[in-house]
Amino acid sequence: MKLLRNLLKSPMFVIGAVLFFGTILFAIFAPFFIDLKTAMDRVGGQYLEPSGSFWLGTDDLGRDYVKLLLQGLRSSLYVGFLAGVLATTVGTLVGIYGGFKGGIIDDILNMFTNLFIVIPSFVVLILVSASLEQGRSLTIIALLIGATTWPWTARSVRAQASSLKSRDHISLARINGANTLQIIYKHILPYLASYVFMVFIMQVASGILSESAISMIGLGPMDNVSLGVILNQAKNAGALGDGIWWGIFPASIIITVIVFALFLINNSMEGVFNPRLRK
Amino acid sequence: MPTNPIFSAKNVSMHFGHGKKLVKAVDDVTFDIADGEIISIVGGSGCGKSVLAKVMLGLYKQTSGEFKYHGNDITNQRDHWNDVQSVFQDPFSCFNQFFTIRAQLKDAFGILKTKLTKEEIDQRVDRALLAVNVTPADIEGKYPFELSGGQMQRMLLARIFALRPKVLLADEPTSMVDACVRANILDYLMKLKQELGMTIVFVTHDIGLAYYVSDRIFIMHEGKIVESGVPDEVALNPKSPVTIQLIDDIPEIHKEWIKR
Repeated sequence: MKLLRNLLKSPMFVIGAVLFFGTILFAIFAPFFIDLKTAMDRVGGQYLEPSGSFWLGTDDLGRDYVKLLLQGLRSSLYVGFLAGVLATTVGTLVGIYGGFKGGIIDDILNMFTNLFIVIPSFVVLILVSASLEQGRSLTIIALLIGATTWPWTARSVRAQASSLKSRDHISLARINGANTLQIIYKHILPYLASYVFMVFIMQVASGILSESAISMIGLGPMDNVSLGVILNQAKNAGALGDGIWWGIFPASIIITVIVFALFLINNSMEGVFNPRLRK
Repeated sequence: MPTNPIFSAKNVSMHFGHGKKLVKAVDDVTFDIADGEIISIVGGSGCGKSVLAKVMLGLYKQTSGEFKYHGNDITNQRDHWNDVQSVFQDPFSCFNQFFTIRAQLKDAFGILKTKLTKEEIDQRVDRALLAVNVTPADIEGKYPFELSGGQMQRMLLARIFALRPKVLLADEPTSMVDACVRANILDYLMKLKQELGMTIVFVTHDIGLAYYVSDRIFIMHEGKIVESGVPDEVALNPKSPVTIQLIDDIPEIHKEWIKR
């Protein structure tokens, strides 16, 4: 609770949290007021300028941009969170297991982690996405992103876990008769929780960015609209050259704001969890 | 050498790392400790005494040599810890800062084979706290970071008083408490020793303390036991230069601080 109070004292955190949770609440509750079932339907002419009936105009197929963007926002958040949860879970498990076990198992896991780190994940993402011509869905893209970003979590969690391992409170827990599972659960995870949470936030941000990037170049999901897909379609329809700013700017701004908010949250948390960084 | 020893070490070594970074923390030590004896392992910083204590506790497996407890290898750590318990050196890092002290003291009973009821556990924790001059109400609901170093050290000792092990390995158990509390704790330890026939191994740099409490003293230097014997022999008639240095370095009230 003291932690939360400290966090709330940091303006960076407050701005980030308000922006991010505002976006999430909007993504969750807006569909009660804006009917998303008609998001893919033609409702007006091609590239109508923003007006009273279409606040952000229409796209090349005459679809309402407000509805498209809302749908896209929901998809992007879904991908970000799924990729973040996957990367954080896998990374934390691998990191804790390796760091705590030590020895040859640690060496092997560490080797795999480093191997995955040096493979450029965006290239893998492009290659796999391109080879999946059929059935490239949001979920698959999220899983792909998660599967290529977990090594970063694993590496940092491993470093923390292996430094905790040799601390006396772990030895004391052992001579208190705690088994490995209890030690990890009661004596290691609480110390890592803040850290894992921060990594999770970064993974969500990078998940959203990766998805946008991969969709932007046309390798995004086929079954749904995401913010990247909107940008891709606008680009393909020549919105950039024709000065159709409402096709490009709103989606870009939304992506920027979400990722910016997550970075703010992460940065401010680092200041609170690691007081040495505080000025 | 005592017959039927409780601990018996034969050419025990404990090495860390390999190649150029090889550290011989404990280097080829041989000793026996009899049941009920009080032993002090004395040495300067980094001489390997704490590592030796951890080998005796079964936390580290010796790299080479034979180490026996009651004539057997330490195979089952849980069985070993039912009998042999320890006070670690650094009280600040010994407790988990996410749980209350009392909860962690109670956790310790998990190692005992005889399962106690909740009331019995509470009673024993209360009595142990009183034994280290702390009223149970003082630490009620407190977390480790709310206590001072001396208080935390007393909590570690309270843990021992609550568990009542057969063997205690105490690594600098009174380094952070004042003289009055130290005397109290040593008194209580001696009482417990009488009552349970406890074997105590003190690990300390303080040869004065070792002289007063122990039956035998081992002097360690660079991983080796360089001298051992009864306190009078070791302290009054030291043979090894290391021992002479250790005795020489005890500050005295009337001694000139800087030799001219």
